[in-house]
Amino acid sequence: MSLDPLLLSRLQFVWVVAWHILLPAFTVGLASFIAVLEGLHFATGREIYFRLSTFWIKIFAVSFGMGVVSGIVMPFQFGTNWSRFSDATANVLSPLLAYEGLMAFFLESAFLGVLLFGRKLVPRWAHFIAALMVALGTLFSVFWILATNSWMQTPAGYEMVDGRFFPNDWLQIIFSPSFPYRLAHTVVAFYITTGFVVVGVAAYYLLRGRFVDEARTMLPMTLWLLTVLVPLQIFLGDAHGLNTLAYQPAKLAAIEAHWDTNSRVALNLFAIPDEKAETNRYALSIPDLGSLILTHDPNGIVRGLKDWPPSDRPPVAIPFFAFRIMVGIGLLMLALIATSWWLRTHGRLFDSSWFLRSCMLASPLGFLAVLAGWATTEVGRQPWTVYGLMRTADSVSPSLTGFDVVLSLVGYGVVYLIMFPAGIALMARIVRNGPAEPAMEPDPVESGRPLQPVQALPHPEGSAGS
Amino acid sequence: MTPAVLDFVPLWTIILGFGVFLYVLLDGFDLGVGILYGLAPDLPSRNLVMNSIAPIWDGNETWLVLGGLALLAAFPLAFAIILPAVYFPVLVMLLALVFRGVAFEFRYRDAEHRTFWDHAFCYGSALATFAQGIVLGAFIQGFQTEGRHFAGSSFDCFTPFSIFTGIALVFGYSLLGAGWLVLKTQGTLQDWARRLGRWCLFGVLVAIAAVSLWTPLMEPDIARRWFSWPNIAFLSPVPVITGLLALWEWHSLRNHSEVAPFVGAIGLFVMSYIGIAISLWPMIVPYQFTLWQAASSASTQAFLLVGTLFLLPIILMYTGWSYWVFRGKVRADIGYH
Repeated sequence: MSLDPLLLSRLQFVWVVAWHILLPAFTVGLASFIAVLEGLHFATGREIYFRLSTFWIKIFAVSFGMGVVSGIVMPFQFGTNWSRFSDATANVLSPLLAYEGLMAFFLESAFLGVLLFGRKLVPRWAHFIAALMVALGTLFSVFWILATNSWMQTPAGYEMVDGRFFPNDWLQIIFSPSFPYRLAHTVVAFYITTGFVVVGVAAYYLLRGRFVDEARTMLPMTLWLLTVLVPLQIFLGDAHGLNTLAYQPAKLAAIEAHWDTNSRVALNLFAIPDEKAETNRYALSIPDLGSLILTHDPNGIVRGLKDWPPSDRPPVAIPFFAFRIMVGIGLLMLALIATSWWLRTHGRLFDSSWFLRSCMLASPLGFLAVLAGWATTEVGRQPWTVYGLMRTADSVSPSLTGFDVVLSLVGYGVVYLIMFPAGIALMARIVRNGPAEPAMEPDPVESGRPLQPVQALPHPEGSAGS
Repeated sequence: MTPAVLDFVPLWTIILGFGVFLYVLLDGFDLGVGILYGLAPDLPSRNLVMNSIAPIWDGNETWLVLGGLALLAAFPLAFAIILPAVYFPVLVMLLALVFRGVAFEFRYRDAEHRTFWDHAFCYGSALATFAQGIVLGAFIQGFQTEGRHFAGSSFDCFTPFSIFTGIALVFGYSLLGAGWLVLKTQGTLQDWARRLGRWCLFGVLVAIAAVSLWTPLMEPDIARRWFSWPNIAFLSPVPVITGLLALWEWHSLRNHSEVAPFVGAIGLFVMSYIGIAISLWPMIVPYQFTLWQAASSASTQAFLLVGTLFLLPIILMYTGWSYWVFRGKVRADIGYH
């Protein structure tokens, strides 16, 4: 059996990104949630927001640390496995990645320490500002990473010389056509992901009858947020889809498993796409609905995959099913939100155990939807790394053999399978211990933990935030 | 491309050179402390050793990311040739750094497996250092290229010379680590660090001497640069100062200086860094591409420079401040609590 360095490098990239993306999917929303809790504590002075914030900061510290460690791996992937891509695109993309690193480092160094360890050392308003800045920092990171990703999907503002990209207009490069939609859709997805984790933790406490006050605060406020965000996300997803239709029609045709260019096309609810025969098997579809959803006109024309030569088509099955998983999860979330409102109007939100159990089961749904959406957009981009301009097959490092990449893939496999479960177990332990009474003294920090400089400052008497 | 009006390459060379050296120095001493950790006599001294770097190690490591990104942004051709050429050393380094990084947190949260995390910390530090030394050796030896690509095999980087520089860097970082521990500890633990520091210094001097002879023998260009007249006169201060620093370091490891061993070790690193820079200037992919040939477009360098000149000084000031806050000896009773 011959080992293909291209396929293995792609698998390795999938492996390191898939694990990594779970952490920002959680920490971006969590940072903003903590900032809201800090803001409420600052505005109302109520103790419960303080306890909740302290509790979630502990979890934030662990997941943020894991995000940083797994993030260090990412830029090196571009060099070791995708050197031809790096050489061709660095003039355009490298400053975006470098700005992500610089800004993350800047905000992290300046404010994360205050947020994690400075509770007793700075006034309450300063702690709130630190929380805001950390939340802003995570959003900056998302901004730059998605600007990079969007440029690969819908390149703009460049010129090509000898097969390499050179910058013409930085604003066009950063704000490429798919960027605003991708940014909005992703940030809302991250917020929803965090929201369902918070709902799940609150439901867990209510079912166990522990930390009931905290859970009764967290659950309704998060359900409020999700009531706004989940329908908003469906709207944003639709807008993003229209943008994909305009700029990446082949990706859209794969998502819909749509082979022939037609007007009044049907919407495939389910099918087994057969790429060899260029058709679908066992299709279950609704007539005309495809055109209506995609073009907002029942007579709208939608291009089919046969418009492109097979070598320019993305794989069909993965975007088709991943997209349906994502949408299906969205609808499940909507159903759960609707149920919560029915229970709320009947005053039974906190004591119907079947609903709380559903909430617990729903807490990983956001992560699954993020992974499914990511698979849809990235597999749908194939066979290109820079859409329509540079092929994935021409991006891989030419010196690599299949054996090289098997070795490295096994290395990443083993290490991530030790590190990530250990980190998740650590966070689960923090959840089980729950939001304790606020400590009057800063936690004595065990030796060996990475501390932040603010902890070594003299403690100002009387200005503590509690 | 149209010729650039302004040449940003010298400025980016300074930024990259400074960033890489700062990484070598900062993560160098805390990796060195990690290596010596495995030799510490008992649990209390291990706690102290780890505590001495706990507040600052993660900041040190971030310079690795900034250095990598600066190379990609300012000299992308070098990034695209060097990284595939050192595929396995980079892999081993990253995985070792991951293990070592989480060991700080998990060693105390996960007390049942403390021995496992102790080993992860020590061997992770040693392995990451050894891998970085192999990258250095492979870099000095140069890479086989074809057009704009690395054309050799992923195993080419493992040569007797690069294995030697790998071992040499383990001694080098350990010397920095020993200097740091002399600075941060006292009593018997400090004596222990001094004793180990002398062994490390011995290894470092053997390594510097060997590399100084090996590289000119390997590359005639390097021999010509150092030994032709009048270069030999201009460059003779480099070995002379290195020799004097070595003597000073040896004495300060034997007497009671608190700060001198760390400063001397930094001095030896500065001289080695300057020596390598003189040998290879102006190449960024040795013997193939100069800094100017590997540079990204002027527009790219200018666009990133704006933000870098604003953000980098703030990051540096914060780094300096955090070292200032944690100055003084680390003590068993309070640590950094």
